Amino acid sequence: MKFTLNWLFDHLETDKTLQEITNKLSMIGLEVEEIDDKSEKLKDFLIAKVIDARPHPNADRLKILSVDDNSGNLHQVICGAPNATKDLVGVFAKPGMYIPGTNLKLTVGEIRGEKSYGMMCSERELEISDEHDGIIELESDVEIGENYAKWAGLDDPIITIGITPNRADCLGVRGIARDLAASGCGRLKPLNLKNIKGTFESPKIFSVSEEVNEKKLVPVLTSRYFKNLNNCNSPRWMQQRLTAIGQRPISALVDITNYVMFDLNRPLHAYDGEKISGDKLEVRFPNKGEKITALNEKEYCLSQDDLIISDKKGADDLAGIMGGLRTGVSDETKEMFLEIAIFDPIHVSKTGRELNLHSDARYRFERGLDQATPEWVHNYVSGLVLDICGGEVSHVQTIGSGQNWQREITFETEKVFQLTGVRIDNKTIHQIFSDLGFDVVKGKKTWIVKPPSWRNDIDGSADLVEEIIRIYGYENIPELKLFNKHVIPKPAITRENKRLITIKNMLAGRGLIETVTYSFLSSREAKIFFPGNIEKLQISNPISTDLDCMRPSLLPNLLSCGSRNFKRDEEHASIFEVGPIFIGQLPEDQIVNIGGLRFGKTAYKDWTNYGRSYDWLDAKADIEAVLKTCGLDPSKMQLRSSPVNWFHPGRSGVFSLGKNEIAHFGEIHPSLLEDFNLKTNAVGFEINIEKVPLPKKTSSVKKLLFLDNLQEVTRDFAFIINKRISSGEITRMITSSDKDNIKEVRVFDLYEGEKINKDEKSFGVTVIFQPKEKSFSEKNLDEFSKNIISIISNKFGGYLRD
Amino acid sequence: MQNYDQLKNEILENINNASNLDELEKVRVNSIGKKGKLSVFMKQLGSLEPSKRKETGQKLNLIQKDILASIDNKRNVLGKQQLEKRLENEKIDISLPVRPEGTGRIHPLSRTMDEVISIFSQMGFTVAEGPDIETDYYNFTALNIPEEHPARQEHDTFYFHPDENGDRKVLRTHTSPVQIRTMENTKPPIRVIVPGRTYRSDHDATHSPMFHQCEGLVIGDNLNMGHLKGCLIDFCRVFFGVEDLPVRFRPSYFPFTEPSAEVDIGCSRKGGELKIGAGEEWLEILGSGMVNPRVLKNSGINPDQYQGFAFGMGLERIAMLKYGIPDLRPFFESDLRWMKHYGFMPFDVTSIHYGAN
Repeated sequence: MKFTLNWLFDHLETDKTLQEITNKLSMIGLEVEEIDDKSEKLKDFLIAKVIDARPHPNADRLKILSVDDNSGNLHQVICGAPNATKDLVGVFAKPGMYIPGTNLKLTVGEIRGEKSYGMMCSERELEISDEHDGIIELESDVEIGENYAKWAGLDDPIITIGITPNRADCLGVRGIARDLAASGCGRLKPLNLKNIKGTFESPKIFSVSEEVNEKKLVPVLTSRYFKNLNNCNSPRWMQQRLTAIGQRPISALVDITNYVMFDLNRPLHAYDGEKISGDKLEVRFPNKGEKITALNEKEYCLSQDDLIISDKKGADDLAGIMGGLRTGVSDETKEMFLEIAIFDPIHVSKTGRELNLHSDARYRFERGLDQATPEWVHNYVSGLVLDICGGEVSHVQTIGSGQNWQREITFETEKVFQLTGVRIDNKTIHQIFSDLGFDVVKGKKTWIVKPPSWRNDIDGSADLVEEIIRIYGYENIPELKLFNKHVIPKPAITRENKRLITIKNMLAGRGLIETVTYSFLSSREAKIFFPGNIEKLQISNPISTDLDCMRPSLLPNLLSCGSRNFKRDEEHASIFEVGPIFIGQLPEDQIVNIGGLRFGKTAYKDWTNYGRSYDWLDAKADIEAVLKTCGLDPSKMQLRSSPVNWFHPGRSGVFSLGKNEIAHFGEIHPSLLEDFNLKTNAVGFEINIEKVPLPKKTSSVKKLLFLDNLQEVTRDFAFIINKRISSGEITRMITSSDKDNIKEVRVFDLYEGEKINKDEKSFGVTVIFQPKEKSFSEKNLDEFSKNIISIISNKFGGYLRD
Repeated sequence: MQNYDQLKNEILENINNASNLDELEKVRVNSIGKKGKLSVFMKQLGSLEPSKRKETGQKLNLIQKDILASIDNKRNVLGKQQLEKRLENEKIDISLPVRPEGTGRIHPLSRTMDEVISIFSQMGFTVAEGPDIETDYYNFTALNIPEEHPARQEHDTFYFHPDENGDRKVLRTHTSPVQIRTMENTKPPIRVIVPGRTYRSDHDATHSPMFHQCEGLVIGDNLNMGHLKGCLIDFCRVFFGVEDLPVRFRPSYFPFTEPSAEVDIGCSRKGGELKIGAGEEWLEILGSGMVNPRVLKNSGINPDQYQGFAFGMGLERIAMLKYGIPDLRPFFESDLRWMKHYGFMPFDVTSIHYGAN
């Protein structure tokens, strides 16, 4: 909502300064967004007249002007504007002045051998508009030498405030003035309202169709007819105010309806009376297939429950949203039919949304108007029209008795203290209510408060308390502590979330960088990572097709990040994300996953030759680190080849807990790398952390530590064994063969190749034996060794390598 | 006897001339080793007549002692020289770079969330969570935002396709639905904060289709706007680490609170640099208000018995202000350069007792 300071002063009598007023506005809930005070910037620009304009001897397009600014001297100015001619009155800037539109200081110039002492300005140079086709041209009767900004009304500061949806009443300057007056910023002036009697019966009448009436969509509609009008230009003060708030002045009749909308938050519609076909305008629902061309010259196909106004020829007005082109007012209009209506806000909003048509009128109708305005605004408008355009006005015609907006709220003044913690005396409360236009009937314990016709938003005690405290001042609310006693708070986060934070720190400690990516991606990508039907994951109004589906996995977004960074010459990186994935629309279909991606090399090329390419072991190490952080021992978990198709089928795995496959890792499938345009090697992992149970024990006591005092003994074995027997199977078999004595089995060698059979591998393990009570004898150790060799032979057909 | 002295001098000179430990060892072997010159004399002692034997023996012993001492001495000297030489040879170019190490980072949002949680935890709040995909009821209706409410139009909601019943789910446009979910499941007193992802169909320099909010809800008896004010002022001052940070409460409007307040903090923008806590200007950072009685009723809480307050803030926004991050969009672009620069070291954990900053 924009308005100017002088416009506000039409309604508010005050001695407060601009700054005092704008500070107050913010503090009563009308947040000031911008103050545009041109008076300072434009204070030196004067009105001047071109006394003479002759061609520049050395340039076809330039002219040498002689400019009179009433200073006693004439100024020679070189000017290229096509409209710079003799006798033009415009705006003159002297050397040394700052030109806001160009952000430059003007100097004495020399253009093709001729000196220029100043400039005749365009509107753009003064930041009034974007107009730069020529210099400003003023009426010829303007006084030369006068301050231009003052003359043009540009010294009137423009204030922009943000209006919350509940304060429709402040979408008009008068409502803002009322709030300011209530808050001690002056006095609300009475509206200059004369009862203007009609001199004839309107030749046109309004009616409301039965269907519309049944739904109570037009509670009240007043109209008046004007004739013998002269639709001249609107007065300069009105044009200046409209221009200041970004409206283009058109003609008196159009400007008056616009002005009243912003002045009183009262949208109106004016028809050219002579263009109305027949003598009746009907508010009705459209016929099937009916279309309308609105004032914005766009055609709209109407649906059956849009509210329209129609004459004999058909629909030509979208009620509360925009008038029709056919019956609109033009410069030649002599007769005007004025409509002042209340339309159902919900219906206006619905129609506007369906047609995707925004207008200042719709904005106001859907937020709710002052319900009483149809009773008196016609007099205000008539006064303006007759003053400016002359002519005569008809009697008033009214349909509908209006909505029953009067309501009573039972109010306990104690409620003010209960909600705000501030004690305000009853007298002050009463004063604030009446300043805001609320009627109060005082009772012993409770009051009856009646909100005014313009406050549709007030419907309960809490609203009333807000009005009181808003005007009384939020700064008067005390600062109270939530805890007054000595309290040690409970943990703020769950053990699950604490575990996530630990894992995040752990992964970052392993050199991975945390990312946060969108919860959505493209359906194309989602399909690769989701075996089911993705329709449930798709957004019906996505911002783009790249972001039209909820992500079923963290990896695709990580791959996209990888690809983007790789293209930016990041040859290698390690990233991870902890966040939700989605497999459906229910709350339980949202699952917290942890995903990671490493691509390229472990390090850049360096003189120690340290880096190597990431491989599946890096991904396995990451996932094992996560599992260990969760208190699991990965070596004891079930591990299979990963069945998912986004990993290399031969270089990927999945850890399971019971039936649940919870943690996938491996090399990213080469064809997927191509899909995501990531032109290097990459490995990744993803774990469904919600499926990993928290350790049950919450006690702080740790398992007792037993330290073995006897020295451990190691023995190396190198077996030749079938390739298909996995490392895990072999080590688990050895470990479990003698749990009492074997502490650990480590893999120290793996060889496959020419020197041995094609189906076999050489597999070396170090077995660590730990004596408990007394040291092992050679005999013991021989037995252990024999035992291991025979188990490998019996179970896997393996044998010791020579 | 002269022979002995001569030998001694000869050996001592050899010791002295030894230029390294190997040569010294040779001298030792040739002099006092098993077959060394001195040892040979020693062995011959037995064949001397007793009177001479004693005298010669004493003499030889002294010589041997001198030689041993001299060898030890020389060994020390040579050892030192040799070590010095080795160290000299081992000298490297200390300016060479170390082996490359990748350092991980924690995203500024994780850090901000942690800080917010840790501060509110001191005031007795716990974290509550809710789903990103919400029903229309929780996201709007229960929060006193009926279908045609203008506030609803301003939310730029993402919708899913309608289900079999024609209902369509939404991506939550704020974390406020968790207020309702919490009140439905918890008896007052309630004191929760809700950090989480939120979504609006808006994409430009200052808007991202996904962003993060942190909601707060406090329900109890005898709670009023004074508590709201005290709680949020405390939060702002601790979060931004400015003890006398000016905090201003302005009337505003949210359908689910009444009265509502916008919270501003004081700042200055002198010379284009934003400074929190000083100066004449105000920066909006929080929305808040007393929970609307209708919302309490919708959630099964008797508004005559309980009241409380709620608040919400954009986590990206407060992170940007606190850490001087100029733009919103890079938060989700995963540009490694950005993450390395604005991210946090992994073990730099947030904690009130370490200081939340």
